[in-house]
Amino acid sequence: MRALMRALMVFLRLFYQSVYLALSQIWANKTRAILTTIGIVIGVASVTAVIATLTGLKTEVLNMVEEFGTNTITIIPGRPEEGAKRFASWWTIRFLPEHFDDMLEHCPSVARFSRLGWMEPRTVQHGEESVEGVKFLGIEPSYHDIVKRPMVLGRKVSVIDDMQVRQVCLIDSKLHRKLRLDRDCIGQSVLVGHQRFIVVGVIEWRPPMEPGQSPENHYEVFIPFRTAFKLQREPPVIAFAASKSTEIVEDAQAEIRFFLRQKRNMKPTEPDTFEVSSVKRYMDMFNSIALILTLVAVGVVSISLLVGGVGIMNIMLVSVSERTREIGLRKAVGAKKIAILTQFLIESVVLCFVGGLVGIGFGQLLTIALVNIPRALIEGFSMPMVYIPVWAIILSFSFTGCIGIFFGMFPAIKAARLDPIEALRHE
Amino acid sequence: MQTIAAKANKPVIRLQDVTRVYEVGVERIHALDGISLALRENEYVAVMGASGSGKSTLMNVLGCLDRATSGYYELDGQDTTRMSDAALARVRNERIGFVFQSFELLGQLSALKNVEMPLIYSRNGWWSRRRRADSVLERVGLGERVDHRPNQLSGGEKQRVAIARALVCEPSILLADEPTGNLDSKTSEGIMKLFDQLHREGQTIVIVTHEEHVAHHAKRVIHMKDGRVYSDIPSNRNQADKAKMQNDERGGLS
Repeated sequence: MRALMRALMVFLRLFYQSVYLALSQIWANKTRAILTTIGIVIGVASVTAVIATLTGLKTEVLNMVEEFGTNTITIIPGRPEEGAKRFASWWTIRFLPEHFDDMLEHCPSVARFSRLGWMEPRTVQHGEESVEGVKFLGIEPSYHDIVKRPMVLGRKVSVIDDMQVRQVCLIDSKLHRKLRLDRDCIGQSVLVGHQRFIVVGVIEWRPPMEPGQSPENHYEVFIPFRTAFKLQREPPVIAFAASKSTEIVEDAQAEIRFFLRQKRNMKPTEPDTFEVSSVKRYMDMFNSIALILTLVAVGVVSISLLVGGVGIMNIMLVSVSERTREIGLRKAVGAKKIAILTQFLIESVVLCFVGGLVGIGFGQLLTIALVNIPRALIEGFSMPMVYIPVWAIILSFSFTGCIGIFFGMFPAIKAARLDPIEALRHE
Repeated sequence: MQTIAAKANKPVIRLQDVTRVYEVGVERIHALDGISLALRENEYVAVMGASGSGKSTLMNVLGCLDRATSGYYELDGQDTTRMSDAALARVRNERIGFVFQSFELLGQLSALKNVEMPLIYSRNGWWSRRRRADSVLERVGLGERVDHRPNQLSGGEKQRVAIARALVCEPSILLADEPTGNLDSKTSEGIMKLFDQLHREGQTIVIVTHEEHVAHHAKRVIHMKDGRVYSDIPSNRNQADKAKMQNDERGGLS
């Protein structure tokens, strides 16, 4: 125990002096230190930036999913990948509104559902202003309880709107501005073709959910489901459902699938002609993509750090040969091998840590730049300020520390093995 | 309590038939060829000899930087010949103070930090290192310039810092290798006066030199030749010894 304490004290003494010496050594050779650690700096900067950006993106996506509802299930028609209906026309596998009748009674895990009329884009007019390609969606009132998209103004689509097939609509906040409607536009009307729709509410704008679509000219109008059928002859029908809790999403999906197969009179061997999916699947997909990206980044960065490590080794070897006399002197005044070894190891670790610290600084700057790319390209899409997560900082520090030890070991052993007499005679 | 006289008699170094053989290719060079020597406490010895006489090797062996090929070396009553490398490092740290011709100060450290350096490696000097470094710098006459770096000091001041560093662990013996070799004669004299003062204070000193006037300061002069002790006489007979040596050489030539 005492021997252990003593060894610890010796180490602490050495540690203090070595860190002091290492820092003064680095300070004395600033340019050299910068050039040496540049590999480490770049490596750490890129890996922390990638991790930070992905983490930020993940939080953002999670927020979006949270709003869409983690227990939300989407039901859309879809051709099976095999079987006779592989080449079936969309018309034959379409959903009819009555397909979903009695669904709540047959699916105990499903809390509510809303049929949606997926309509063709239309032109919306108000006074002088006219906007083309506005997405129209026929919704039932329960839609608002499934997708928790906040209202800016007015009211939601009500049961009576739907029952009476009223010509009312919700518009998104961007369309509200674009059409130059009054600030309080409730009760004002917009023209869709030759039909007049009364605006009853304004809903918050959202970037498009479908990947690859530009949010530039993305506007949405919501109308009651039955009104949609009045506006367009048989629009494609899809449905959103919500399970009673997030945990039983998969049960609810299975129930819906069973129910719809029965409705469609499908044989047990026949593949589904529709898709029942939940956000969970997309989340899993996103997570695996993020993981792959992180792994690729880590792989690429490892090479850069390896190259950086070789640079460290090189400079430590130079340092050892430059300071041969110093090593000789230290040995002459009583430094043991282990003391010399520790000194040079600490020096290389400190060098790596300095590189890591600078790298994290650059990584944060890089992150800000990366986060601002979508902000600059896509109007209205904003990602909040992203910081490098603490675990990534700890990880990169321990990794650079390991590199310092690994690549510093050979020069340090070389220094520790020097013969003091030869070393003192060295020119 | 020992009396001063009894203390002065205590042997510090005992060498018995020490040899140091270097093998260069197939050739065997006897740098030290059977040296027997005893040094007592508070002795003030100069080791002289031409280059290649083995005086540097003797210095390295005495300083535990090098091991004797054969023979017996006892320092402070301890046999050093069978010690491990780590134990030798500790002996160097605690019992031996080195002074080098070219000072060997660390350029990035202040005079004070340079003097503190050996205490970093010592077992119990850590907490008192500042105080001990200060007092030993005072002792060598460098009370004020402790925060200066070596490149801001003159040659004499540098060597004083180096001597302070050698003394800071209170060594049994101070080994100086040509301590005035890089200094002008006036500064040399100052450094030699410092050695005289340390001797009066009770320090055991061994100086390796080839300069007569340096050897003059010592109380005992050992001449070496071909790895052997050629003569070992008190300093006041230095001149006679020199004459003898010159005679020998003349005899050898004729």
